[in-house]
Amino acid sequence: MALKDITLGQYFPGDTIIHRMDPRAKLLLTVLYIVALFMAKGLLAYGVLFAVLALWVAVSRVSPKAILRGMKPILFILVFTGILNIFYTPGRELWHWGFLTVTVEGLWSAFFMVVRILMLIASTFLLTYTTSPIMLTDGLENLMGPLKKLHVPVHELAMMMSIALRFIPTLIEETDKIMSAQKARGADFETGNLLQKAKAMVPLLVPLFISAFRRADELAIAMECRCYHGGVGRTRLRQLKYQSFDFAALFLALALCVGIFFLSRPGL
Amino acid sequence: MKPILETKKLSHIYSAGTPFEHGALLDVDFTAYRGEYLGIIGHTGSGKSTLTQHLNGLLKPTSGQVLFEGKDIWESKERTRQTRFQVGLVFQYPEYQLFEETIYKDIAFGPRNMKLDEAEVDRRVRQAAAFVGLPDHLLEKSPFELSGGQKRRVAIAGVIAMEPSVLILDEPTAGLDPVGAASILQNIHNYHTAKNATIILVSHSMEEVARTVDRLVVVNDARIPLQGTPREVFAHGSELEAMGLGIPQVTRVFHRLKALGVDIDPSVYTIDQAKAAIMAALKAHGRPGQDSGPSVGKGKGAV
Repeated sequence: MALKDITLGQYFPGDTIIHRMDPRAKLLLTVLYIVALFMAKGLLAYGVLFAVLALWVAVSRVSPKAILRGMKPILFILVFTGILNIFYTPGRELWHWGFLTVTVEGLWSAFFMVVRILMLIASTFLLTYTTSPIMLTDGLENLMGPLKKLHVPVHELAMMMSIALRFIPTLIEETDKIMSAQKARGADFETGNLLQKAKAMVPLLVPLFISAFRRADELAIAMECRCYHGGVGRTRLRQLKYQSFDFAALFLALALCVGIFFLSRPGL
Repeated sequence: MKPILETKKLSHIYSAGTPFEHGALLDVDFTAYRGEYLGIIGHTGSGKSTLTQHLNGLLKPTSGQVLFEGKDIWESKERTRQTRFQVGLVFQYPEYQLFEETIYKDIAFGPRNMKLDEAEVDRRVRQAAAFVGLPDHLLEKSPFELSGGQKRRVAIAGVIAMEPSVLILDEPTAGLDPVGAASILQNIHNYHTAKNATIILVSHSMEEVARTVDRLVVVNDARIPLQGTPREVFAHGSELEAMGLGIPQVTRVFHRLKALGVDIDPSVYTIDQAKAAIMAALKAHGRPGQDSGPSVGKGKGAV
């Protein structure tokens, strides 16, 4: 079932040091890693970043298989980027046919581009796999706190995000169930041309929307019953606190960024 | 009786290769016979829903086979599709799958997918509606105007309209009041007798299952530890309770009586059988009403 393959935003519970890290630290760590990734040039820099990623995976005990499975939806983008880079990078010609030219530089840049996207996705997967959605939005809300001064509705955004994240698995499950029920009545979601396929979605989408609205209604009532009236004056069950490991990790991540910057300077 | 649906060493593993991996079914051999009224019981997460979804080809076995009329349902794409029409499956809370503008169109969804001609579709829709007690004048209404119980009837009619030779219903009475529940069970029974269809009723309510089915299959921990007539199955009262399944109240009372030392047959599961068993016990002792009478009262009070 294709729906089961969507792992984005899915949390794999665990009790490693990565799981226990402060979500803000993890968010910053991921951002720093991505910054380093975009500064990186050359095999050595990529090698270092790959080693860091491998260590990260090993410590968090996320199975590499789970990360690879999550890559499936972006396979097309990877292939597309790879091909564009191979054919459209000027440089030393390696092979020529009609308007297609493969260059040595093209092959290298395709390789680096694909590796960069893979590592970028993997690092964000590591974040969402080891941080529960609630912790993640708590962390985001906290990090975006200063924006409240600019009248950005930070709390509302965070609440919307945590509700959305909370309901992704529910909706996927619901979709799966309705799909099965309609299949049991002979619905066919797989064959036919684009128009027929779009039409076949009606028996799936109508019940799905109805139940989503019903859920939203029920949730709103349940929240009002518990006197929810926005973020003002709201206290938290879990107070976020940085531990020494968080500082150490952030320091190392900064060091990594600086290191990669110098490693990737032209002429090195 | 001839088998109509069978599984041979059927296993299903969910989320293989992730930390959530678990076997929902392990080497299950299951048989449903032609024309029987079968009950499947098991608590939440026992694997009963996974089993039913294999029976009409919605889930593909990780290993093992599902046979319909002796032939593997995964033999070809066409065969899987045909099996879905022959083995009707009504999911839990089926009212949430309604989508059409009118009740008529919604019930006709299955028959139209079978590519039947309009006259046949019309006949089936009207007949299915009659089976679940939906009056004709409702058919042109929107299904979303109905009450929950009525919506469920529409959803069940939608499956019945395909005239499946096996009808599987997953908790068809969940969330209904007793009158509504009894009436839906009666509708299902009418379909069973009218079409000589095999009915498979999935439930965790012992009382409901005990009253209606000929044979019971107990699913627990991805396997089938017990099966047989309700009488045979309920004789294993303590095992069932260890699996987290209650036994019918009457049966529980009689098990308690037996434990208290009363010489009585504990395998009863309806009030009529209970009456017969008490009469038999009284007759055997030849002391009407003195010893056994009060202890029956005590047993009931304890439940």
